[in-house]
Amino acid sequence: MAIVALIIAAPFVLGDYQLALLTYVGLSAIAALGLVLLTGKAGLSSFGQAAFVGIGAYVSAILTLRAGWSPWTTLPVSFQGAGACAWAGALVVVRLSGHYLSLATIAFGVAMFYLFGGLEITGGQSGLSGIPPLSVAGTAFTSAVPSFVFVWAVLLACIAMLANLLDSRMGRAIRALKDGDLMAEAMGIDTDAAKTWSFVIACVMAGFVGWFYAHFQRFVNPTAFSLGQGIEYLFMAVLGGANMLWGAVAGAAIVTLLKPLLQATLPGLLGMTGNFEGVVFGLLVILLFQFAAEGLLPRLQRLTGGSSITPRPIHPGARLPAGPTASASLVVEGARKSFGGIVANADVSLLVNSGEIVALIGPNGAGKSTFFDLVTGVTKADAGRFLLNGQSIAGRTSREIARLGIGRSFQHVRLITEMSSLENVALGAHRRGIGSMLAGMLRLERREEQALLAEAQAQLDRVGLADCAWLAAGSLALGQQRILEVARALAGDPQILLLDEPAAGLRLQEKQTLAHFIRSLRDDGLGILLVEHDMDFVMTLADRVVVMEFGRIIASGTPHSVQNDARVQEAYLGAAE
Amino acid sequence: MNAFVAAFLAQDGLSNGAIYCLLAIALVLMFAVTRIIFIPQGEFISYAALSYGALREGRVPGTVGFLLVLAACTVVLDLLGTSAGMRMASLRRLPRRVAPALVLSALALLSARLHLPAVVDALITIAMVACMGPMLFRIVFRRLAQASSLVLLIVAVALHLVLLGLGLYFFGPEGVRTDPLFDMNFVLNGLPIKAQTLVILATCLVLVGVLFVISERSLTGKALRAAAINPIGARLMGISAELSGETAFLVAAFIGGVSGVLISSATTIYYDSGFLLGLKGFVAGILGGLASFPVAAIGAIGLGLLESYASFYASAFKETIVFSLIIPILLWRSLAQPGKGAH
Repeated sequence: MAIVALIIAAPFVLGDYQLALLTYVGLSAIAALGLVLLTGKAGLSSFGQAAFVGIGAYVSAILTLRAGWSPWTTLPVSFQGAGACAWAGALVVVRLSGHYLSLATIAFGVAMFYLFGGLEITGGQSGLSGIPPLSVAGTAFTSAVPSFVFVWAVLLACIAMLANLLDSRMGRAIRALKDGDLMAEAMGIDTDAAKTWSFVIACVMAGFVGWFYAHFQRFVNPTAFSLGQGIEYLFMAVLGGANMLWGAVAGAAIVTLLKPLLQATLPGLLGMTGNFEGVVFGLLVILLFQFAAEGLLPRLQRLTGGSSITPRPIHPGARLPAGPTASASLVVEGARKSFGGIVANADVSLLVNSGEIVALIGPNGAGKSTFFDLVTGVTKADAGRFLLNGQSIAGRTSREIARLGIGRSFQHVRLITEMSSLENVALGAHRRGIGSMLAGMLRLERREEQALLAEAQAQLDRVGLADCAWLAAGSLALGQQRILEVARALAGDPQILLLDEPAAGLRLQEKQTLAHFIRSLRDDGLGILLVEHDMDFVMTLADRVVVMEFGRIIASGTPHSVQNDARVQEAYLGAAE
Repeated sequence: MNAFVAAFLAQDGLSNGAIYCLLAIALVLMFAVTRIIFIPQGEFISYAALSYGALREGRVPGTVGFLLVLAACTVVLDLLGTSAGMRMASLRRLPRRVAPALVLSALALLSARLHLPAVVDALITIAMVACMGPMLFRIVFRRLAQASSLVLLIVAVALHLVLLGLGLYFFGPEGVRTDPLFDMNFVLNGLPIKAQTLVILATCLVLVGVLFVISERSLTGKALRAAAINPIGARLMGISAELSGETAFLVAAFIGGVSGVLISSATTIYYDSGFLLGLKGFVAGILGGLASFPVAAIGAIGLGLLESYASFYASAFKETIVFSLIIPILLWRSLAQPGKGAH
């Protein structure tokens, strides 16, 4: 709020030069904001943002200069140009991750730079000049004040919309992308679509920056859209804190205001000429990553004891409608999977019905986790029938299987550590909502969001973690995190629940509470398949036990019969030689 | 385009391709051992070329001062960031750390004064650039040993900016083009072939072969690769992650130095030529998934040839073509190894 007041006051206080500088800060902040969404939230780092700014700028410049369009009418075209390129680019982005993606964007940035410099229509290396300025009602935006107000109004609007988006169902989906696709897909999130949309949003924002830049500067040339500029935008986002929306503004302000300062003072200070801004920025970034890797704003926030999570009131009555409670069954026959020469699962057959707890046990390396992956669609089975309620789920993606009613937890906890526990659980209910990205940005889906959060709160109450609702998930103890994963799986209203070592890391008391809770889930009508190592836990809890060794089932039956089975004893304890 | 022109372009392409090959294998080595995508590799080349040019003209290159400053920084860091016990060890190591920089600086000054022969200048330059490598690792990257390869990439880009700016300060905006070290020309079927080209190709083949053999067959090579894949596990096995980092940087800087000295007679090198060269080395390195030396080498030669012929047909878009190629290659690579590009 203080920022808004400052912005309103600025035109009255500052001179034209400072206002122009702040306009550039605002423009860079919009570009960096797109990167905060793309890189900081979705985990897709892009060095090519400047190239998209260039696309927006050149499209508008060419249309206004060569075809005589009015600048306002070229704005949607700039959007579409940047958006179309982003859509095409997203086909690549979606397949790549980590440093492969960065390299692709670096290559894109360099290629576009040379394209801008090589084409006749873009004016080659000298660029295009004499671009008409923006005008409203006949008066051109030639003084500094209207430009400043316009840019910062758009910046604030973008921040508001992105804040809304990140607060919504699709926003949680975007934030889930950072840790890899596995967990997100298991919650029913279409990761390809989420990545594509993040990319398009970031590039459309860049397109706006380019469009405005062309009509503000009234001159474009390729240097402004080079890879160096793309690197600078990324540095802005990272410097300020790529995980926070206001980090983009902080980073843009630091970089844009520091540059002329350095250009003015360094030569005098060091007594020599040369391009030192690059050196200083490079050193800044190196120091940043060595000492404050999350960025300046988050570091400040941590130092002042603030938190990025703000609790909100939940309306308990507004829960989602529960699905039909017909009885369900999961039938697996003859599942087979080999990795190269190792047969992880050979002819594994299993049956789980509603209202029963089946435990899958076996020594390490028996193939239990592989089996889980086969059932949930993470890995494709070589052979076997997988039927959920009589319907085949073999070969389906984990997203589809999640939507059909199978929920799971993971052997290694996969939570989003900076998000609150409540939002992590709400992620599990993703597939039960329909709000789109646009609805999220414009806050049109508030009622659905309330329902999702109420659902998450209810599940937290059910598992006994209601106190932790607004704590960051990463700050919980490991045992609590495992239970949080169970709550997340339950939020999806599953019919069959697959739990991968839920009791690992729990103390005796906690295990007893968990066993009691799992029994209550069974009594509620869920079918539960459980992988565990703790024999006491399993034997007192399960209705049926299946034992695997070296990829095959060696025993199956009631806990008592399995315990006395000679083959099982041999597998676990070894036989007398 | 007749046979003569084609052969001429081919020679040009092979010569450039060999430089890209040297770049590519340095990058692959760097990534394989340290998980750093070392964008500043191109700066080693331009620093080497420009330093060599300065020495040939009897001037002391700015690299000398840079080396001394780097050495001072490493000493300070060694003494600062460790416990008292380690501090004694650091003091004992001090002479070893500082000596190369001092010796080379002295040699450079000597050469500028006495106009030593080209070969000696070349060796001094290569040694100076090679010396820079481990020190840069110590100052910039050692603290980031646990970071994801994405953070390392961003820091590498930052380092590139620093070296670029310093390069302008040390060497000025003018380019340098030196006389070839091996100034002989052959004529084959009416086509002039420069001995320098053959030397570049030969160096390239030798280095690729050596690196391939060491990395695949020797215990040291495997130890270096192990340190990149699992630093903690490697440390438990007695492999020092710092030592492997410094070794990788030493070898990469050495290769950069050699490339710079060799290429300085083929084209004019400016303070900012390195970046583009480095990126093209990347395209080649990526072909091998940043893991295979021979594939990267072949890709680099192919890239040089492609660029040569592209510059004949569509010279304004030569770079666009080359860099647009990276994207399908990355796509193909990541489809071939799903999940490989992840952190």
